Amino acid sequence: MSVQPAATYIDPAMSAQPARKGGVRITDVVKVYGTAGAGVLAVDHCTFDVPPGEITVVVGPSGCGKTTLLNAIAGFHSISSGSIHLDDELLCGRQKLKALPGPDRIVVFQNGALFPWKTNIENVTFGPIMQGRLSRTEAYEKARDMMADAGLRGIEHNYPGEISSGVRRRVEIVRALMNDPKILLLDEPYRALDSLTKSVMHEALLEIFYKNRVTIFFITHDLEEAIFLGHRVVIMTTRPCRPKKILDIDIPHPRDYSVLTAKRFREFMDETAAAVHEEAIKAFAAGEKER
Amino acid sequence: MAKSLALKAVGFVSGDDFWRGVASIAVFLIFWEVGSRSHALFGFAFPWVSQIPAPSAVLQELLVLVQDPSFWMSAFLSTLRVFEGFLAAMVIGIPLGLAMAVSATFYGITFPVFEVLRPIPPLAWVPASIIFWPTQELSIAFVTFLGAFFTIVINVIGGAQAIDVRYFQAARSMGSSTWDIFRRIILPATLPSIVVGATVGVGITWAVVVAAEMISGGGSAGSVGGSGGGLGFFIWNSYVGGSYTQIVAGMISIGIAGYVSSAALRKIGKWLTPWLSEN
Amino acid sequence: MTEASPVRVLNSDLPLSPADDAARSISPPALVAHRFLLWLKSPRPYLMLVGFTLFIGFWYLAVEVWQLPRFSEMPGPTVVVREWFSRNPTYGLSIFTPEYYMHIWVSTRRVAIAFFLATAIGVPLGLFLGWSERFKQYVFPVFELLRPIPPLAWVPLAIVMFKGSETPIIFLTFLASFYATALNTMLGVESIDVSYTRAASCLGATRWQVFRHVIVPGSMPFIFTGLQISVGVAWFSLVAGEMVSGQYGLGYVINTSYTMVRYPTIVIGMITLGIVGYVTSAIVRLVGAYLMQWRTRELALGGDR
Repeated sequence: MSVQPAATYIDPAMSAQPARKGGVRITDVVKVYGTAGAGVLAVDHCTFDVPPGEITVVVGPSGCGKTTLLNAIAGFHSISSGSIHLDDELLCGRQKLKALPGPDRIVVFQNGALFPWKTNIENVTFGPIMQGRLSRTEAYEKARDMMADAGLRGIEHNYPGEISSGVRRRVEIVRALMNDPKILLLDEPYRALDSLTKSVMHEALLEIFYKNRVTIFFITHDLEEAIFLGHRVVIMTTRPCRPKKILDIDIPHPRDYSVLTAKRFREFMDETAAAVHEEAIKAFAAGEKER
Repeated sequence: MAKSLALKAVGFVSGDDFWRGVASIAVFLIFWEVGSRSHALFGFAFPWVSQIPAPSAVLQELLVLVQDPSFWMSAFLSTLRVFEGFLAAMVIGIPLGLAMAVSATFYGITFPVFEVLRPIPPLAWVPASIIFWPTQELSIAFVTFLGAFFTIVINVIGGAQAIDVRYFQAARSMGSSTWDIFRRIILPATLPSIVVGATVGVGITWAVVVAAEMISGGGSAGSVGGSGGGLGFFIWNSYVGGSYTQIVAGMISIGIAGYVSSAALRKIGKWLTPWLSEN
Repeated sequence: MTEASPVRVLNSDLPLSPADDAARSISPPALVAHRFLLWLKSPRPYLMLVGFTLFIGFWYLAVEVWQLPRFSEMPGPTVVVREWFSRNPTYGLSIFTPEYYMHIWVSTRRVAIAFFLATAIGVPLGLFLGWSERFKQYVFPVFELLRPIPPLAWVPLAIVMFKGSETPIIFLTFLASFYATALNTMLGVESIDVSYTRAASCLGATRWQVFRHVIVPGSMPFIFTGLQISVGVAWFSLVAGEMVSGQYGLGYVINTSYTMVRYPTIVIGMITLGIVGYVTSAIVRLVGAYLMQWRTRELALGGDR
């Protein structure tokens, strides 16, 4: 299977509307863990675009190195070579191998990272207050509005430990959106949820996306989730991770759960299932541990 | 195995952490040496440190002591007491803890009494123990036993109660008897917490032995029982005799003995619980 | 880490699950009352009664009635209780004598001073040890070098180092507490999931803000476990210190009662130590629960996390 070059991608929606923020360009990124001699190649000459104002989903077997890529964009890890740009601004590259974390790129973590010692509203207002962008009262006002918008009224003064994990994920996304980020980085956020809760969460995420039109970079190992959510799906090879197939999903937005049974959806599934399965077998044979 | 260990050792010695550790201990020793000689060096005594003999003097003392059979006798006596008390605590504490974890009725009867006795520090038992037990040796052993006993019981109960109920269900569905379940599930599943309890317990045991020896052998309650020997007694005697280098040498010996005991228990624990991963 | 059941979400059209509503309606006093009633209905209080009856009954019979060989030397429960609550105690110490409270006060004061010093030094030290890899590499080896020496082995050296009889005892008590506090605090910082610190820096927090809002509250459960242990070992070494050298205090009472052959007073001293020790650790636990309401409430719900 050959690697598709990241062709110049023209978003049909782009031409009609003003330019959006949050496009990420990943160019020839390599990441080697450990020293040069005994290193492990996690990301291998990875090149693709995350178009602004769209949902890009990266699919790959567990432990394939896709989280490494996300961590490089977020600024938690350095890259070994290549470059990553956000809206034509260099995040990391030759001179600066590690990006600085910042509120323009906010991560929603796999197991959730709401601070359990802060109430939900304290969590949501954390960003603007820390940055000194809003006063306490302004932040609380904005937080109340946004939480009400997301259907989270009434739990403001509860602790995250007191609400169900699905609701927790939603609070976490609101916490991210409070900072008007250019891009949301979601690292398998629904991995631990059962499939029924997951389906509710997917529709909620799409709703938030339609409202805010924030660029979303979403990592998962679940192909169905990827095709259902994404404008663009990047299928990764197993470690070292490299795009194996890049698909533009032309199922029109807004989508809802009827899409899952649509003919076009099944076609995409058929087209990609084999590729994903092949990588999963390779990963299994390589004995990659979970995480 | 040996090769990988050697590799690990090489990696450790060549690592930055190792040299930072060495630097840190070196600075500590120099400070101590200079501090304890501060009066001679600067004509003015540093507070506290100047009262302690210098490490070089302590080292000389240690070199003399290791050739002295009576010092080894003290070390042997203390080790013996630790061993006795610790063994008794294991032999009584583990079955008791398991029984408390297995039977709700037994737990309901014994645990409150246990909880009422637990906050009494082991050393507060010393006089009562001397009155009760016929010999000095037994009374020290009893106090030592108490030190480890509570910790071990608490850990056994905690470990047994934390066992995933699915293990029992799985065993039952495969036709295990109650005894099988106890022997093949409860016992091994509690083993990690027994190991933890034992490792903590042996540390407490050393602390208790030293203090009990000081109190009953040399402390103000002392004269009654006379010399029981042991490292605690050795330290106290050195204090009474004004030999401060011996005090510090004795403390170092106790530290080493305690460290070795814990390390040995950790090793045994690792061998007993091979299914637990490194971390 | 159990996750919410799907039923919770599906059962309500509202975005919130029933668990979330339940969380808002629980009030602590009602919860306490409810728990107490449940406790009364369970066999536990009656079994407890059986346990204490057996314990004290055996003590009474063995010492005072049967006068078994070794037991006959010991003070029996009725003798102890009579002495303890006597207006005119035979051996000079009961709840009606001011000396009794003086001894309690002296011991408690020593523990309090040592505990606060240990907390004031141990918590910041532990936080920095856990937070900065470099700091740990430089400081921790010395810490680990000194730690295997049991605090009680410091008794003679403490007497040599510090003047008077008060400071050595406080130093010993401090030492034991200090190790427990610093070590647990360090483990607490190391236990914090890296996602929390990453999330905070993502949200624009500076290094200091991360420390203040993530590291400190995140290690709080471990810090309080450490403080619990710390109070316990403080009493443990205090007694040793007071027994070996010192004037006043409960350890001193126990020791002098032995040499002066006032056996019932030994037991009074031991029981009092147990009670005071228990109360102090209960206070630490309550303060911990108050400062970590997020945790209390999480646990009250059976811990969805």
